[in-house]
Amino acid sequence: MRAACRRLSVLLGALLPFAAQAALPLGHLHFLVPGGAGSGWDTTARTAGRVLQGAGLVGSASFENVSGAGGGKAIGTMIETAARSGDTLMVNSTPIIVRSLTRLFPYSYRDLTPVARLIGDYQALIVRPDSAIRDFNDVVARFRRDPRSVKIAGGSVRGDLDHLVPALALRAAGLDARRLAYVPYDGGGKALSGFLTGEADLLSTGLGEVLAYHGAGKLRIIAITAPARVAGLDEVPTLKEQGIDFEFVNWRGFFAPPGIPESRADRYAELFAAMQETDKWEEMRRRNGWQNLYLDREDFVRFLEQQEHDIRELLLELGFLRAGSS
Amino acid sequence: MWEGIASGLATVVSPINLLMVLAGCVAGTFIGMLPGLGPISAIALMIPITYGFDPASGMILMAGVYYGAIFGGSTSSILINAPGVAGTVATSFDGFPMARAGNAGKALAIAAIASFAGGTIASFLLLIAAPALATVSLSFQSPDYLMLMILGLSAVSAFASRGHVLKALISTVIGLMLATVGTDPSAGVQRFTFGNLDLVDGLSFLLLAMATFALSEALMTVLRRDAADDDVARAAAHIGSMRIERSEAREMTPVIARSSVLGFFVGVLPGAGATIASFLAYGMERALAPLKARGQFGHGSVRGLAAPETANNAACTGSFVPLLTLGIPGSGTTAVMLGALISYGVQPGPQLLTNNPDVFWSVILSMYLGNLILLVLNLPLIPYIARLLLLPRQLLVPFILFFSLVGVYLVSFNTFDIYLMAGFSVAAIFLRLFAYPMAPLILGFILGGMMEDNLQRTLTLYDGSLAFLWDRPVSLAIGIATLAVLATPALRALFLARR
Repeated sequence: MRAACRRLSVLLGALLPFAAQAALPLGHLHFLVPGGAGSGWDTTARTAGRVLQGAGLVGSASFENVSGAGGGKAIGTMIETAARSGDTLMVNSTPIIVRSLTRLFPYSYRDLTPVARLIGDYQALIVRPDSAIRDFNDVVARFRRDPRSVKIAGGSVRGDLDHLVPALALRAAGLDARRLAYVPYDGGGKALSGFLTGEADLLSTGLGEVLAYHGAGKLRIIAITAPARVAGLDEVPTLKEQGIDFEFVNWRGFFAPPGIPESRADRYAELFAAMQETDKWEEMRRRNGWQNLYLDREDFVRFLEQQEHDIRELLLELGFLRAGSS
Repeated sequence: MWEGIASGLATVVSPINLLMVLAGCVAGTFIGMLPGLGPISAIALMIPITYGFDPASGMILMAGVYYGAIFGGSTSSILINAPGVAGTVATSFDGFPMARAGNAGKALAIAAIASFAGGTIASFLLLIAAPALATVSLSFQSPDYLMLMILGLSAVSAFASRGHVLKALISTVIGLMLATVGTDPSAGVQRFTFGNLDLVDGLSFLLLAMATFALSEALMTVLRRDAADDDVARAAAHIGSMRIERSEAREMTPVIARSSVLGFFVGVLPGAGATIASFLAYGMERALAPLKARGQFGHGSVRGLAAPETANNAACTGSFVPLLTLGIPGSGTTAVMLGALISYGVQPGPQLLTNNPDVFWSVILSMYLGNLILLVLNLPLIPYIARLLLLPRQLLVPFILFFSLVGVYLVSFNTFDIYLMAGFSVAAIFLRLFAYPMAPLILGFILGGMMEDNLQRTLTLYDGSLAFLWDRPVSLAIGIATLAVLATPALRALFLARR
């Protein structure tokens, strides 16, 4: 069924007059999205696909949502169909590292061919405007007095991003992050609405998700995990400048099937190198509140190794992993 | 506000937007009728089409698809007991028995009228009070949602009548147990997945609903060779008739009025939505019904069909309050719409009303028109759609099997789901043969997951104390209402015995 669909869309793509031009670097590109329609992954893949087409880099693009197991289903599909899939790319992000370490799925980024890191979002810690908490040091002081007096809401399950970030920040402040009272919601939107009802003290989420609220004065961002202040948000301090040596980025990038020839991987990488310089991409990036975090193939692989190493250490310390498990 | 309404009206009546309302309603109804393809997939399909549209036109189209799909979703629930979306499960409780008794046309007509009324009353409430309701959206905290789900679960009592109390409770518990499969949100630990990647996200509602309702129903028809068929055959003469008796219309009116207000307010809450709204409306109407009418619930009651069908449409309209006033998605469907808004270059959030008043008002106003279109579109089709049930069993049963299996497969593209579904339907047949009702099972399954999430959050927030039960007025009020619902039958029996 899926193969037939793909064949059909390739056929349709070939029938389009502009796709027949030989000047196009790639006739058809298929995107595998590990989450459902409307998810961050989905938006990234569809936006990239549209910009690639608009810039004349790709003749046509198709998208396939394979959700399940926190992205594990899609990785499995990609590995399984690697030999017979045409030009197929998958979007993925930081959770691929976290979830391979926590063994949610039996794959890691090493089972795929990294192509490019494109964009990302810093994590933010947020309070309501009337909160007595002014900065992260207030959080630290409260937590030191009584860990239960700081309830932190987030849109992921325990042990995943929204929980890890505040836990790691507290750990960097020298506290026992295992005692953190984390309140999980089913997704960032639910976490935001739950937080706005006044039930938790802090919200841990992606910076992009709360920009509109920050702008309207409905929420106050007390810290972000960026290395330096972000352009356009000059009033928001980083954790670093508050004396917490911790930075974190939730990146999004693209991966190709495993075992493809170098030349093919390079060709994909060139597409994104060209795409991320277009004005259209710049506009879409700004509209969605994504930070430009472009890294080419080589740097991306190095970055992945480093982030996997860091997160593994932290998970071990927080007790989410047992020593010895690889 | 009047200025906004006037400009919104001007936007809606432009030819392109009128076309959008019509296209959205037509597409939504047909997609909704097929079990499986729910409003989420329908709207996701629309997004690429709407690129390059004016944001207002895009939203009008998607809103049309959304309430169109909820409108059409009742059809498969009523005719073949296959609720494709969770919001129409309660519709099948009384809609399907009514259709099987030979009144398919009437059941579909009641559903259409109830949907229309629910949608229209709710859009009116949305128009006059949307900005003010933003605070209502944020008034419910996790403990309140927990209590609301427990109240919803009390609708189980509708299936516990006639000496089957224990069996209904056992079914509920099985449903609650099935809801625990998957990743535990507050510990991050996997439960009952047996290392199987396909179970990490838990069981899907659609799979379970199709297996326990549609598939097992169709297979039961094969087992019970003669009985059921005769009813329909005898009723062939008036199966397509939409005639609603005057007494039934009088019975429906207050039900629709109450359910649309209840549905709308439950829809406004981002943590509840159309499904909870339909269960609550069903439970409420059963509790309010006079003794004689109460016994009909679950056996083709007019009230039992009108209440959830009104409430789910009203809730669907209500869910636009958090979406448009706060930029908060209350359901998967509105989350997809939120993503679409961003891609049109509209920043959803507390300032949407100030920055894009045309989007805000025109979407709300388009709902009146959309509901009218849906009614006009659906009523003439009913006699033809209802005749589906006159298909000989040799054709009807394979038809149902085909649509249920394909519906589930098309959502996940996963063959594991097919095996799982076959297994569940066989188990469901055995349970049914021993007179265990399936409705409490699905009710327990839908509410179980949400109840557990809210309970875990509540216990974290209150440091493990149960103080929320009396500390929060909303929780306390809902708790008392739940006790009242559960105690009424006992009190009434006592009262009757005394007399």
